[in-house]
Amino acid sequence: MASTYALPPLPYAYDALEPHISKQIMELHHSKHHQTYITNLNAALKTQAEAVHTSDITTQVSLQQAIKFNAGGHINHSLFWQNLAPASSAEAKSSAAPKLVKQIKATWGDEAAFREAFKAALLGIQGSGWGWLVKIETGKEQRLAIVTTKDQDPVVGKGEVPVFGVDMWEHAYYLQYLNGKAAYVENIWNVINWKTAEERFLGTRADAFKVLKTTI
Amino acid sequence: MNSTLLRTTTVRSALRAAAPTASTRAGLAGTTFVRGKATLPDLPYDYGALEPSISGKIMELHHKNHHNTYVTSYNNFSEQIAEAAAKNDIQAQIALQPLINFHGGGHVNHSLFWENLAPTSKGGGEPPSGKLASAINTSYGSLDAFKEKFNTALAGIQGSGWAWLVQDTQTGSVQIRTYANQDPVVGQFRPILGIDAWEHAYYLQYQNRKAEYFKAIWDVINWKVAEKRLQ
Repeated sequence: MASTYALPPLPYAYDALEPHISKQIMELHHSKHHQTYITNLNAALKTQAEAVHTSDITTQVSLQQAIKFNAGGHINHSLFWQNLAPASSAEAKSSAAPKLVKQIKATWGDEAAFREAFKAALLGIQGSGWGWLVKIETGKEQRLAIVTTKDQDPVVGKGEVPVFGVDMWEHAYYLQYLNGKAAYVENIWNVINWKTAEERFLGTRADAFKVLKTTI
Repeated sequence: MNSTLLRTTTVRSALRAAAPTASTRAGLAGTTFVRGKATLPDLPYDYGALEPSISGKIMELHHKNHHNTYVTSYNNFSEQIAEAAAKNDIQAQIALQPLINFHGGGHVNHSLFWENLAPTSKGGGEPPSGKLASAINTSYGSLDAFKEKFNTALAGIQGSGWAWLVQDTQTGSVQIRTYANQDPVVGQFRPILGIDAWEHAYYLQYQNRKAEYFKAIWDVINWKVAEKRLQ
């Protein structure tokens, strides 16, 4: 039997990120877009389980892209909801992430320079995709990097821990910001959950992806 | 098509040649920059003319903002690549190529898209005839079967992109192909009919219900223009 994934509840109300992200966007994004990735993922996994059972390797291979895309959509959105928080909350202040901020400063000089670099990466995405702050562990060393991914490709490389991500699909901002995506990228800083970011930065990959386990 | 895509703006080029901007090789760059600049083509109909299939607000933003940004960025990066070429800076030219592809592609794709749409009062949605109708029937059996395959291709795009009916310049036959982001139809294939599957093309009206947009757009397809593109 293949696992069946379910939509994780948002850790806040649909209107909790206003005025930076509208209630209408959040509701569609969570209840429709994210749900569709999960529905399609479950369907692909079910077909895959059957193909494994019948040793149908061509079907298994042909399903890989659908699984990557829809599982990626599920992983990315699950992480995204958790790394956002209402602007008025303590979590939305970078002071909630002292150790992470220390490494950000060591890497980019100061927070402002980091935000500029992150913004440039987000605005440079050609088409749909995501921007992530990623902790990369190589042996005993660890470093931070800004990484962009296309479409729904998730950050799942060896030693990579996604610290926080920003969705740059047009559905993430269009109803409110229209073609003004620079304003969305500017405003998203008001609702980044630095407490979650700090936890992911200090934790392991398994900790970061825990949210996915709870929804099986 | 070329006349719309690359309308030479002599006045602007002349100005630029006369007053080269802050460039380390201003003299060289000045002569390099005397070239055609891309301009935003006028829509062949009003912004509201494709309603109810595509809302006036979508058309206005899509044309005046999105398409125009591709035009502006394409011109900007074209200047930079010309400057890099003048300096024999191969690395800079290579680094600029994806930006030329993306913004130039955005300009080419949208220019073709506006032309292959038409209000229903101006023939939008009227089925193709002649050679194109035969080519579609040969490849897909019927126009309805073709539309269904085309909509499946559109729905299958993972991320931003376009679906095109293209003609294979080697065999002459037609087929449906999807392209990621703003990759344009160039090389072996000739664009006949394109549909924009970027979310900005439909989101304000259809939100996540993109299948409804793909269904509705056939009412405003300008098959006459598609027929002229077929060779």
